[in-house]
Amino acid sequence: MLKIKNLHASIEDKEILKGINLEINPGEVHAIMGPNGSGKSTLSSVIAGKEEFEQTEGEIIFENTEISEMDPEERAHKGIFLSFQYPVEIPGVSVTNFMKTAINAHRKANGLEDMPANEMLKKIREKSESLGIDRKFLSRSLNEGFSGGEKKRNEIFQMAMLEPKLSILDETDSGLDIDALKIVADGVNKLRSKDNAVLLITHYQRLLNYIVPDVVHVMVDGKIVKSGGKELALELEERGYEWVKAEKAV
Amino acid sequence: MTKELKMELKEKLVSSFLAFEEEYTGANDDLHKIRNQAIKDFETMGFPSRKEEDYKYTSLKSILKEDYSLFPKKENAIEYKDIKKYLIHEIDTYDLVFIDGIYSSHLSSTTHDKIDVCLMSSALNKDLYKPVIDNYFNKLAPKNGLNSLNTAFTKEGAFIHIHKNTLADKPIQIINFSTGNESSILVQPRNLIVVDENSHCQIIERHQSLTEHPVLTNSVTEIFADKRAIVDYYKIQNDKLSASLIDNTYIEQQSESFCSVHTFSLGGKLTRNNLNFYQRGERIDSTMKGVTIIEGKQHVDHNTLVHHIEPNCESHQDYKGIFDERSVGVFNGKVVVEKEAQKTNAYQSNNNVLLNDKATINSKPQLEIFADDVKCSHGCTIGQLDEEALFYLQSRGIPRKEASGLLMYAFANNVLESVKIPEIKKRINKLIAHKLGVELGFNL
Repeated sequence: MLKIKNLHASIEDKEILKGINLEINPGEVHAIMGPNGSGKSTLSSVIAGKEEFEQTEGEIIFENTEISEMDPEERAHKGIFLSFQYPVEIPGVSVTNFMKTAINAHRKANGLEDMPANEMLKKIREKSESLGIDRKFLSRSLNEGFSGGEKKRNEIFQMAMLEPKLSILDETDSGLDIDALKIVADGVNKLRSKDNAVLLITHYQRLLNYIVPDVVHVMVDGKIVKSGGKELALELEERGYEWVKAEKAV
Repeated sequence: MTKELKMELKEKLVSSFLAFEEEYTGANDDLHKIRNQAIKDFETMGFPSRKEEDYKYTSLKSILKEDYSLFPKKENAIEYKDIKKYLIHEIDTYDLVFIDGIYSSHLSSTTHDKIDVCLMSSALNKDLYKPVIDNYFNKLAPKNGLNSLNTAFTKEGAFIHIHKNTLADKPIQIINFSTGNESSILVQPRNLIVVDENSHCQIIERHQSLTEHPVLTNSVTEIFADKRAIVDYYKIQNDKLSASLIDNTYIEQQSESFCSVHTFSLGGKLTRNNLNFYQRGERIDSTMKGVTIIEGKQHVDHNTLVHHIEPNCESHQDYKGIFDERSVGVFNGKVVVEKEAQKTNAYQSNNNVLLNDKATINSKPQLEIFADDVKCSHGCTIGQLDEEALFYLQSRGIPRKEASGLLMYAFANNVLESVKIPEIKKRINKLIAHKLGVELGFNL
């Protein structure tokens, strides 16, 4: 599904990603862990197409298409979804209206008519109920005044609505208490299927108790330095990142 | 060169005054005196120039050089279907429609049932209205060149009187059309709105040109809100690029009255809004809000004044502007708090987005505070659209153009929240979406 080859990216001439290789197949869950400043969030932004970052080298192939030159919206239309670490507050646009706009933009890009209003409402109701989202929440301005947990749950709600092929969850667990974490993880698990894939970017192992990864990668200084099974996450939790760095140095 | 041109219009106006004045045969002798004094004042003061502090960022030069026709001929060729789209026609309203400054009875609907919604010309000429005219007409507009010019040529406009303890049963629309039967035209509507104790009315005002010929409107509106009166005023400024507007609106409020003015400036060549509130009682609330979205070489200037005279009053100002291409915006908001006006709460905010390096905004808050126990705040921002927010929307599949439209819409949207007539909100939403060049994917 996603093949990243020798990806280099920089911001204002400072190189952040220094040759990333990553392959994710349908049905898989991958986790990328690593210390602060290792480039994890940059990788997620670059896959989603944030223009602030300049991709200086390498390829990003999604569903057999090179997407490096595509705008963020085109990548979204192809089925890439990024759950933001810090979702942006947009006063004046309700969650419902935002969702309608996004869904219909996807449909338009795929040559479909706007979704009929009743179908849209039904879908919004179903998906919000399954995530335990209060109906009042849907008429509030997007992310405005939302708590950390509400913002993250809203990201997962958007993911449920847009049904992406590849979901990148950037630090979705940060700032969540254990109950909120369970709800978010439960939401993600419900959306898993053999046709879609998930890339988790996280600092801590605890999210991986709830969303169990097939592969765990360790990222240090803009490179993936170690990959393994889910037990690697436990080892990292126990021993920190220093031993990976040390192992790498040797 | 310019000076000569400017003199030309001024001289033309002054020399036409006698003929205009002779035509008037009304019963009110006082009016003769007022007009004669006004033309003298205009002759002395003339049009404002950029040397005056209040016109530092707005030059009237380009709009004063036209050879305007002052007394258009009567023409009734306009039918309802031609103008329907400019009216808020989805709801029942009283309508005062003027064409080239002349009242059009077949397009209007007036009333004298508990409220007077009728013509300035009849109010000025009939004894019945003399007490109101004597009490209120020309009592509020400050003496300056533009107001004096309007007063000297006062002939027609809206006369609205809401009697004590009355709710106007429907909104009142004041619509001024210009037809272009003349190559260019100067129109000077004069409105007087008197809202007695415990009364309420909603007014919608629009100036609309139906031609590509130059039009200059110099409009003066005086509004008096008595104790506990509520007045909501909506100004829709979405005129053609050949039309310019100088709007002069003055509001005097008595104790516990609420007045709000929303100004939506989306069209026109040059628009200057002079909006003054005078608070002459306690526990008064004055609200003024504005959305300006312009491009090309359009110019919109909001010049506001709130005069806090008595204690325990509030004022709220919230003006938002989006400027593209070479457009120019001006916001000059003056708040005066007199020594006696303790416990005043005065808020002012002016937020702007510049979409182009060549666009300009001149924002100037002016606070003159003589009382010591007050809360006054003002804030002004000038910025571009938030890149992070754009990326967020794009990552959800919303194309960049639509995403920036959505953000601009959201930016302007909270000004609309206080609009009390849903049909106006809907109309303005549509105008804004159209102006921003986006089809927003949801029902506005």
